Amino acid sequence: MGFKHKDIIALRDLTKEEILLLLDTAENMREINSRDIKKVPTLRGKTIINLFYEASTRTRTSFEIAAKRLSADAVNISPSTSSATKGETLLDTAKNLMAMKPDIIVMRHAISGAHYFLAKRLPCSIINAGDGAHEHPSQGLLDMLTMRDRFGKLDGLKVAIVGDVTHSRVARSNIQGLTKMGSQVFLAGPPTMIPTGAEKLGNVTVCNSMNEAIDGADVVMMLRIQLERQGKTLLPTLKEYSRYYGLNPENLKLAKKDAMVMHPGPINRGVELSSYVADGDQSHVMKQVENGVAVRMAMLYHVSGGELTAE
Amino acid sequence: MSLLIKNGRVIDPLQNIDDTLDILVERGKVKDVAKGLSAPDSAEIIDAKGCYVTPGLVDMHVHLRDPGLEYKEDIVTGTRAAAAGGFTSVACMPNTSPVNDNKTVTSYIVAKAKAEGCVNVFPVGAITKGSKGESLAEMGELKEAGCVAVSDDGHPVANTELMRRALEYAKGMGIMLISHAEEKSLVGEGVMNEGFVATELGLKGIPWAAEDVATARDVYLAEFTNSPLHIAHVSTQGALRIIRNAKARGVRVTCETAPHYFTLTDDAVRGYETNAKMNPPLRSTADQEAVKAALKDGTIDAIATDHAPHHLDEKDIEFNLALNGIIGLETSLPLSLKLVEEKVLTLPALIEKMSVNPSKILGIDRGSLKPGSAADITIIDPKAAWTVSADTLASKSKNSPWLGETMKGAAAYTIVAGKVVYKRG
Repeated sequence: MGFKHKDIIALRDLTKEEILLLLDTAENMREINSRDIKKVPTLRGKTIINLFYEASTRTRTSFEIAAKRLSADAVNISPSTSSATKGETLLDTAKNLMAMKPDIIVMRHAISGAHYFLAKRLPCSIINAGDGAHEHPSQGLLDMLTMRDRFGKLDGLKVAIVGDVTHSRVARSNIQGLTKMGSQVFLAGPPTMIPTGAEKLGNVTVCNSMNEAIDGADVVMMLRIQLERQGKTLLPTLKEYSRYYGLNPENLKLAKKDAMVMHPGPINRGVELSSYVADGDQSHVMKQVENGVAVRMAMLYHVSGGELTAE
Repeated sequence: MSLLIKNGRVIDPLQNIDDTLDILVERGKVKDVAKGLSAPDSAEIIDAKGCYVTPGLVDMHVHLRDPGLEYKEDIVTGTRAAAAGGFTSVACMPNTSPVNDNKTVTSYIVAKAKAEGCVNVFPVGAITKGSKGESLAEMGELKEAGCVAVSDDGHPVANTELMRRALEYAKGMGIMLISHAEEKSLVGEGVMNEGFVATELGLKGIPWAAEDVATARDVYLAEFTNSPLHIAHVSTQGALRIIRNAKARGVRVTCETAPHYFTLTDDAVRGYETNAKMNPPLRSTADQEAVKAALKDGTIDAIATDHAPHHLDEKDIEFNLALNGIIGLETSLPLSLKLVEEKVLTLPALIEKMSVNPSKILGIDRGSLKPGSAADITIIDPKAAWTVSADTLASKSKNSPWLGETMKGAAAYTIVAGKVVYKRG
């Protein structure tokens, strides 16, 4: 089957089959990444703009490497986050870039839905590298790929997602993706960080405590506490947060033996994860990063009109 | 100059009239309402067969953006939009630039409306200077210059002591105080209703409690000071419960809602639709139902549009950055007529909420067809079908969530002081 979308903005917009296609393609792409010469001509002559309105090292680099391994020309732009206050609107910026005829714009933006706004108005493909607290589909896909590597399936997994769900686009993409693939998702965090109606997001259970969420879990996914977003009202102190919502070797024992520990990074060591867990045997954090490149190659490939052929 | 309106279904709640009658207008005033009236040969005759003939509609909450923000709307285009929507009178909020917090601005609005506007314009002055919530505006002079109420509109008076004094002072001056009931600290950076849709879209929510808490405060202050209070654009079931209870124990509180609150829910925001971004935000289905129930049981006294024109660039932008509000003058009548179709309101009850009650609340001499009163009359064609289109809207701005939708019902004629200011088609 072919991939029919011009853009990839949210896993909410994709079917189970489309998600599977992206994961399968990513598996194929991984082979390229293990070669001595990590480059194929697939997207030769294509121009990709990485337009990052928010600071990012790993996601931007990962997209850039993905583009280059497919032989596309990738350009990075980091406009001031306050372009609106400088007078140029997002649409004006985009129109200017459009005049330079890119094929794909990979964008990160602090405002949820900014990608839909562009996608409706520009003919090129838009890939979401994170929008506000909405979605981060490449992260969701790389997380699912990492889980599938470990278990061979996603159906029937118990996945605990712990932390600041309200502000987490990673959580939203994972919830959308995982519930479509048949996983059961359990959320935990301080009630100040669990959004209204979260239980309606799919096959999701909101737990009263972290222990309840990770009890018997196959996967424990810890979310980053975004210190810049917590203000003064959501948490008393990081110390208290880590005590009640941090993952350490003790509470990890509640999860299944050999359960996967995941984190989208960057980790606040000693807050979300104790270093024993972050660097321990059960941590899959570096595998997540590794899979990121393959997943992003798959995304670039499919929005460019690529068809997966079994090799 | 005489005008004879024949054969229409005349509805005048104040006189308890709902009958097929004629209306004779002479020298800008209603001369007679009866069957089989005849007029002098020179009279203009309108055959209103199949139409409703009602006291001119009164919108007690609009933004004309004049002075200062005429790129969005001005008194000429705003009153034209009002006339096209069947409104013969509008009350305009003070959040102009400069703010209407002194008699000079009020006088400008009154003079320009008189010279260039096509419907009656009743200015609403500010409660506090600059609507900054720091010190009281000169309400006495505002009233003298023509203001019919005071409100800080989108900037609710945060200081409770100052709000208490504002209610007391306004009572002394005999001017209605209109509260935009919103606890801003609960709103924070919220951009839409807090609920499942906001969670899914990853947009920061505005809790219903922000409206309820502020409504409760203002209602208790009105009760404490025994002052009249009008609450603008009520959108939550909680606020309505508070107002209903307050009315039952005799508190002098009235309130309005807007057509979007009984027509849409926060579902309309999906797709990051900036024309569904407003304040208060579109709420849940339960709130929508509560608004309808409150219209039915009389808790809600008036339907106002909160007509809020914005320039294209202010809406065609990322959701968080888009300004709040929609235009409403030209869509209010068909959307409100649906309430009659849905049996939420009888036709006379609807006319009460769109003409009689807003006039009473503002203390203006409108809302009736009694002989001797100003001949402000709306002739409504309930069957007229039309499509909301940016090309045909009279408002300078086009920020409507109903663009492209077909509406049923429209003003066939809008008559101000006996003069036809709008004729459909």
